[in-house]
Amino acid sequence: MTANLVNILLGGIFHAAILFLVAAGLQVVFGVQRIFNLACGSFYALGAYVGVTAVRAFTGAGGSPALFIVPLVFGGLLVGLVGVVVERGLLSFVYDSDEAFQLLLTFALVLMLEDVIRLTWGTAPYSTAGLYLVYGQVTLLGAQVPVYNLIVIGASLGIAVGIGWLLTRTAFGRIIRATADNREMAEALGVDMRWVYAKVFTLGTALGTLGGALVIPTTAAMSEMGIELIVEAFAVVVIGGLGSMRGAFVGALVVGVFRAVAIAVYPALEMLLIYLIVIAVLVLRPRGLFGGAAV
Amino acid sequence: MSRLVLGVVTGVILVLPLLAPAYHVLLMLPFMAYAVIVLGLNLLFGYTGLVSFGHALFIGIGAYTGAVLTTHLGVRSLELMLLASAALGALIAAPVAALCVRYVKIYFGMLTLAFGMVFYTFLLKFYRLTGGDEGMQVLRPTLLGQDLGGIPKTDYLVGPYYYYSLAVLVLAGLVMWRIVHSPFGLCLRTIRDNPTKAEALGISIVRYRWSAFVISAVYAAVGGALLGPPTGNVDPTLAYWTHSGNIVFMTLLGGFANFFGPVLGAFVFIFLQDTVMAVVPYWRLIFGAILALVVIFAPTGLMGLVARRRPAEVARA
Repeated sequence: MTANLVNILLGGIFHAAILFLVAAGLQVVFGVQRIFNLACGSFYALGAYVGVTAVRAFTGAGGSPALFIVPLVFGGLLVGLVGVVVERGLLSFVYDSDEAFQLLLTFALVLMLEDVIRLTWGTAPYSTAGLYLVYGQVTLLGAQVPVYNLIVIGASLGIAVGIGWLLTRTAFGRIIRATADNREMAEALGVDMRWVYAKVFTLGTALGTLGGALVIPTTAAMSEMGIELIVEAFAVVVIGGLGSMRGAFVGALVVGVFRAVAIAVYPALEMLLIYLIVIAVLVLRPRGLFGGAAV
Repeated sequence: MSRLVLGVVTGVILVLPLLAPAYHVLLMLPFMAYAVIVLGLNLLFGYTGLVSFGHALFIGIGAYTGAVLTTHLGVRSLELMLLASAALGALIAAPVAALCVRYVKIYFGMLTLAFGMVFYTFLLKFYRLTGGDEGMQVLRPTLLGQDLGGIPKTDYLVGPYYYYSLAVLVLAGLVMWRIVHSPFGLCLRTIRDNPTKAEALGISIVRYRWSAFVISAVYAAVGGALLGPPTGNVDPTLAYWTHSGNIVFMTLLGGFANFFGPVLGAFVFIFLQDTVMAVVPYWRLIFGAILALVVIFAPTGLMGLVARRRPAEVARA
């Protein structure tokens, strides 16, 4: 019984760890640039595919299986640089446009990236097989838990702390927060918005691609994984409150754990439950649990 | 001039089944269904200024209403299917709209997306009721009481069903034309352009937005019901959020600022998608690029491009 419960909870927390990364990317971009990036799920899928490719190339070249996490993380972060291209090449044209157009531009990205993935990696699921089990399993309260899952949960926590540190303790973080609060004033004080936007969007993209890379050893990459994840990430930020990092953290936990419990208890409820929570939050507390921005 | 164009276009559509190959006539069927859908969506998007990312919900309602009526309840009349879809669309839209229209911009979009996904998950997970990811069959409906079960499917679709869809589209277009040119439509535009002023003038913003939402949902449901019979099948992807995105795409592609823009957008979308897919399967890549170009360089869509080239005409209209 406890073993079962631990399994369900840890499964949920593992999912939450991944969701947090993607949602954090969504939040930082929305907080600073006021753009709700529908393509964050696509970046996640891109990171997943690049992660698998990097790991396969690594083991194919004779790299030690135990070190697979190195090319995985490296590949996941590196592909995040696609964010610079997207920001400079597309988004920078629409900062003065209506929100609807910005949203539609990110939808255009969703469409394009889905086919870029199909074009590059085909439609068959793509995986690293059971490589993540090289780290073995540990027994926690009677439940068998892969060590890799614990590593990812730890890494996600570490990143959460890292982002917190970046936003509150560094000069760049101060600039980000200042821009989020009052763009004109920040600009008047000499902040080069182009650079801030490029960096912030790349940071957001890299968080998403890293999330995709980290999840992939435990599952298989599929071209639809991006458009499926975006609605979950969307649920996370709505529950937590748009633009809030703490919100992303709590929202990810809520969505991850509720989903795991729902799947275990009554599978048909799975995402239905999550969306009902989302609607309840939007109706009762539209700014989310931690949101500060006015509606 | 624009009346002339409209007359010519209507004439061409009328004689198309006699001239064009069946393949292209068949493609007109989803076009006409989507045309109805985007006419409604644009009342919300173009005229009221609200971007819904969840209208696939109502397309799904219409499509599944048709499926349930024909396969489970033995109702085969297309008139009843359309009426039931419209009624059910309005019934579900009423509470959904009441919750959504309290918000604008991104929050409105998110809330509609969430409702759309609730329905999608319902279709997907409640297998016994909805057939899950395989969807449901739509049996061939009777038209105006005529049982046309005896003729081959293609003849049925390019003949009676084609003209029936066209009649529905024309009727929907005429009604929408009246709506947007009525005082009601004027109020919606006032709300879009200056909500504060609208409120000061005594217009109940929330009530008008609610009405626009419900009308657009009814249009989406009717269009959704028309989508089922040509393929004979409906599945949950009709209610998926990317489908909502696609109809917004059509609206923008044609031009949301023009009454006929969205219809043109639906036409170009359907036929271009077919053309592209005949060459390469990667239509999303090309369409994504087109959407990006439209957003960046031609936010008023194809109609906007035409109008810009002939400014005199705009002044007269």
